[in-house]
Amino acid sequence: MAGQVAIGSRSGLRSALPLLLPAYLWLTVAIFLPLSAMVFFSFMTELPLSGKAWAFTLDNYTAFFSQGLYLTLLLASLRLGLEVTLWCIVIGYPAAYVLAKVLKGRSREAIFLLVILPFWSNGLVRIFSWAMVLREGGILDTALNAVLPFKINIDLMYSYPAVIIGLVHSYVPYMVLTCYLTLQAIDDSLIEAGRSLGASRLQMLKRVIIPLSMPGLVAGAALIFVPVVGSFMEPRILGGRTGTFYGTVIEDQFVAVFNWPLGAALSFILLAVVLAILALAAPVLRRAA
Amino acid sequence: MAGVQVSNVSRSFGAHKALDDVSIDFADGGFYALLGPSGSGKTTLLRQIAGFDFPDSGRIAIGGESVERVPVEKRRIGMVFQNYALFPNMSVADNVAFGLSVRGEAKAVIAAEVQRALDLVQLGKLGGRRPHQLSGGQRQRVALARAIVTKPRVLLLDEPLGALDKALRVDMQIELKRIQREIGITTIFVTHDQEEALTMSDRIGILRDGRLVQEGPPEEIYDSPKSEFAATFLGDANILRGDSTGNGIRLADGTTIAAGAGVSLAAGTKASCAVRPERIRIATDAGSTVQANGNVLRGQVSKRIFAGNNSTYFVERDGQTLKVIVQNTGIERLAEGQDVMLSWSPESTVLIAAS
Repeated sequence: MAGQVAIGSRSGLRSALPLLLPAYLWLTVAIFLPLSAMVFFSFMTELPLSGKAWAFTLDNYTAFFSQGLYLTLLLASLRLGLEVTLWCIVIGYPAAYVLAKVLKGRSREAIFLLVILPFWSNGLVRIFSWAMVLREGGILDTALNAVLPFKINIDLMYSYPAVIIGLVHSYVPYMVLTCYLTLQAIDDSLIEAGRSLGASRLQMLKRVIIPLSMPGLVAGAALIFVPVVGSFMEPRILGGRTGTFYGTVIEDQFVAVFNWPLGAALSFILLAVVLAILALAAPVLRRAA
Repeated sequence: MAGVQVSNVSRSFGAHKALDDVSIDFADGGFYALLGPSGSGKTTLLRQIAGFDFPDSGRIAIGGESVERVPVEKRRIGMVFQNYALFPNMSVADNVAFGLSVRGEAKAVIAAEVQRALDLVQLGKLGGRRPHQLSGGQRQRVALARAIVTKPRVLLLDEPLGALDKALRVDMQIELKRIQREIGITTIFVTHDQEEALTMSDRIGILRDGRLVQEGPPEEIYDSPKSEFAATFLGDANILRGDSTGNGIRLADGTTIAAGAGVSLAAGTKASCAVRPERIRIATDAGSTVQANGNVLRGQVSKRIFAGNNSTYFVERDGQTLKVIVQNTGIERLAEGQDVMLSWSPESTVLIAAS
């Protein structure tokens, strides 16, 4: 019996191979090869393309530990990732709940479209529109001063809150979508059963709805946290001088300083740290879910 | 424990009248079935009693207290859903404990009550399992234990046996009835299965298009249906249509059918007579005895369906097919195509005014 099953699954794999091959070829060419090259670079003194002499070294990695700045920036980036993820939960989860459980039919489609609209707009356009809104004399400043009887100065541009606002705007759709999917899968009769047993809405949320939608929250958090920790575009444009984060330093190594080996090493340290965090969080999150 | 009074309740969804002036008195401690085809409003009525939805007009009282504007979480009802609606993220014991724990009962009290409820549904040892590890019948029992552990005033069941297979359904019918008797709780039970309604309930209410068609004990509705719909929906019935003769009808070919004494109608109006298939005797034309002033019709067997302990004969007569069910006592078997005589007593005939 067991042998038959094994043969069956092997022949299944063989027939599935033509279907899998394009995806794996593409992944190999587009991700694995460049990534391997980057691993290689991260152990070099100089970029071989520059024509200078080069040698293998661990200096790029030790640089991270010898200079406190990198660690400080990494911690700042991790905090940024955490804050943006939390704001995305605070903003995205209630929206996902309303989409999944309150709205029906046409109004749901319309609101859904508004949520995923940021996906369809260019990232740079999105960030520069925020710049227009947030700067002094910008849209927010002008609008508030037009309404309020007293004069206030709103100049969020080039500040930490501006970076948070821009990043939350870019990433909140991920949270809405992943939570929407798990919330929609919760049978309405579960909520009715809870209410018939005398549970208040808050008790239902705490004991049934949040636990059952935990997979969506976790998936959304992972989808947001990882790219935000390495983000550089939003911090650079909206944060100005306050917008120096781990991601912007890596970008500098590649774009401004042309120290690719250091940039690559810093990237892999970030990757290792993020993977370690996710691995540590996994058992806790699995239990919660 | 308390009775439930539904008085003149109406509820519309847009232009659709889901409930149209329905009044039913559910007696304290009774087992009541709401029976009807899909779209008849039976589930809508149950949801009004539960408090998931509020009526447009009319009054609902539980234990004499008006509740028609009280939300479900404050009504102290127990409800069992068609798909059981067990919380998948909790163990069986935590599911049952839910109603007590949201109320803030002490842990020791909860544990004791949960164990008692699980014992009552004969699942005392499965408290640690997750719902997905249980069979359909066991989930049903957990849902029931969860609904009654809070000592609700009324137990509401929304097609609770619909998802079970036939053999398990019969077991659960007996089980449900036993538990209901043991705790003596007023129970209202929605079903589209007429057999379930007949075997389980003390009283049945038949709904159609949002209106209560007929209401009473199962035997009364079965023996004296007041409409063709009630006659055909609860059990099988042959409907013969004609003109009223007062206490019977005259068919188009002049044959008269006498009905039982219960109903009389003005002569000459359109009326019909209902006869249950098992009340009709079927025999070959020759040599059969006809009871004095019994009803007699002649026809031809068009089809016979053998079902083990009984056979169903379809008899063609004047363009109409009549159904006759005969116990297979092994005495006679009638062939298809044979001319036969059908006879039954006036007492087995119910006169119904044309609707």
